[in-house]
Amino acid sequence: MSLLELRDVRKSFGAIEALRGATFSVEAGAVVGLVGDNGAGKSTLMKTITGVYRPDGGEILFDGASLVGRDPGEIRKAGIEMIYQDLALARMRDVASNIFLGRELTRNLFGVKLIDAKRMRIEAEAMIAKLGARVKSVTQLTGQLSGGQQQSVAIARALTFNPKLVIMDEPTAALAVREVEHVLELIRTLSGQGIAVILISHRLTDVFAVCGRIVVLRQGAVIADDPTAQTTMNAVVAHIVGATDVPHQGASR
Amino acid sequence: MSAALFPPVGPRSWRERVFGAAAFRFESLLVLAALIAVMAFLSPVFLSVSNSLNIVLSTSVIGVLAIGMTFVICSAGIDLSVGSIVGFSGVVGALATANFDLPWPACILACLAAGALAGWVNGFLVTKGGIPPFIATLGMLGVARGVALVLSNGVSIYGLPPEVVYLGQGRPFGVPTPVIVLLVTAVVAHVLLIHTRFGVYAQVIGDNETAARAMGVRVERHKTLLYTLSGLLSGLAGLLFAARINSGEPTAGLNYELTAITATIIGGTNLFGGRGSIVGTIIGALIMGVLQNGLNLLAVQPFYQQIAIGAVLILAVWLDRINSVEGWRR
Repeated sequence: MSLLELRDVRKSFGAIEALRGATFSVEAGAVVGLVGDNGAGKSTLMKTITGVYRPDGGEILFDGASLVGRDPGEIRKAGIEMIYQDLALARMRDVASNIFLGRELTRNLFGVKLIDAKRMRIEAEAMIAKLGARVKSVTQLTGQLSGGQQQSVAIARALTFNPKLVIMDEPTAALAVREVEHVLELIRTLSGQGIAVILISHRLTDVFAVCGRIVVLRQGAVIADDPTAQTTMNAVVAHIVGATDVPHQGASR
Repeated sequence: MSAALFPPVGPRSWRERVFGAAAFRFESLLVLAALIAVMAFLSPVFLSVSNSLNIVLSTSVIGVLAIGMTFVICSAGIDLSVGSIVGFSGVVGALATANFDLPWPACILACLAAGALAGWVNGFLVTKGGIPPFIATLGMLGVARGVALVLSNGVSIYGLPPEVVYLGQGRPFGVPTPVIVLLVTAVVAHVLLIHTRFGVYAQVIGDNETAARAMGVRVERHKTLLYTLSGLLSGLAGLLFAARINSGEPTAGLNYELTAITATIIGGTNLFGGRGSIVGTIIGALIMGVLQNGLNLLAVQPFYQQIAIGAVLILAVWLDRINSVEGWRR
């Protein structure tokens, strides 16, 4: 059984059909690259998985249970984390509160659940240190950090709660070369720990460097789904731009 | 990475220690002190015990409204209906005992329930109806006031039970009851805003609503709760008002939304959401109270007071804009 299974997922926004039946699956510990042109439906598909959007049709199974109709909080609890392209950070709050956003640690005081800011600070520090991220203090406001540091915060948040699947939407787009290497290394480490990763990226070299499989999305449907070893950069580009436009699944070419 | 760009954050300031991360705007305290100094200089009776009690007493209704407003504004919303709900809930509470002969707790419950219901409707319109908060609560401003006038036939409803009147006129230990109610409300609200998920999520929604949703905050449900809370506190303010004048007055709380919003903004709550401070809001409410009381003592016509309050609101937001253009101040 696959960890994540998408079957014929459909989603429309008004007259625009963003997803026209996307089907693919992700095994535990696998790194899957999801590529496609702008507007191919990559982000929409991922937001459908994380519960931000509700699919109009089709089925999404995670660990054998359906995710359709569950809210983002429940889906995070089930073990899916996503690092959004815009990072989804609360910029007026400090690093620690962002790492624990939606999952604040609390302590009981006379039956009232109070946020345990001290414990959050300590654990956030540990997480930042573990990632080797260069954030001076977890009490800094997130909005005051550089782009790369904000990225680290978003990554730390995704990894703090032992996810089974991490979805990364363009995690390297805003980073310097050395930081990109760091993120790719992190993806390999996660995979080694049995954590599956879906990597959305326009940088095909990154995708080819870390992904075991590459899924190409075109106009809301999967047009190619091949092991990295059995495809080439040229073939993937051809699929992305539609040079091979015959909708099909499985082996390509 | 240059260290100068990101200076390490030192030990937290006393302000942060005492008031939590959402420290109030310190300047507001200076404004309050300056205002008190000026008024004391201009009017000999200003600092007298009875006048000081007058100020905190008149601040209590506005203060309770502004506390609810703080939650709504820091979630990047606005509630224009609070003043009308003061009148509406006071009338409903007075009717419960005066017309239906219910026992005194019913009067209190009716006030609070009427306020909460109006607030819930606001929340429903904003979240389920997708109506901008400005419009939804502007509509409620008209509707709640209208219902208050219809229910009361446009006249005051006299005769509240003595237990309720005590809430407005009583002085346990020499302190007016409304002031005690305000203080208790403020303490609870402060803990709620800074130290619980409920308050933090209100601020996160104002900061980045999409992020809040993606991280599992039930944004719609939460917003509905925030407007309901604001309505509930407006109901409480309506109760205090009615109890103080011993009648349900359909025109009670007229224009109070203006004062409550102004108090909230000068207290340092970000008009565009993300950050709020109850301590600041109380200081803001006191500033409004001192301003109105001082202008009264100086025998300035009430018409000018409206001008003063409006000008203070615009000035506060203007300063806020200048500050946010400068960047992050804290």
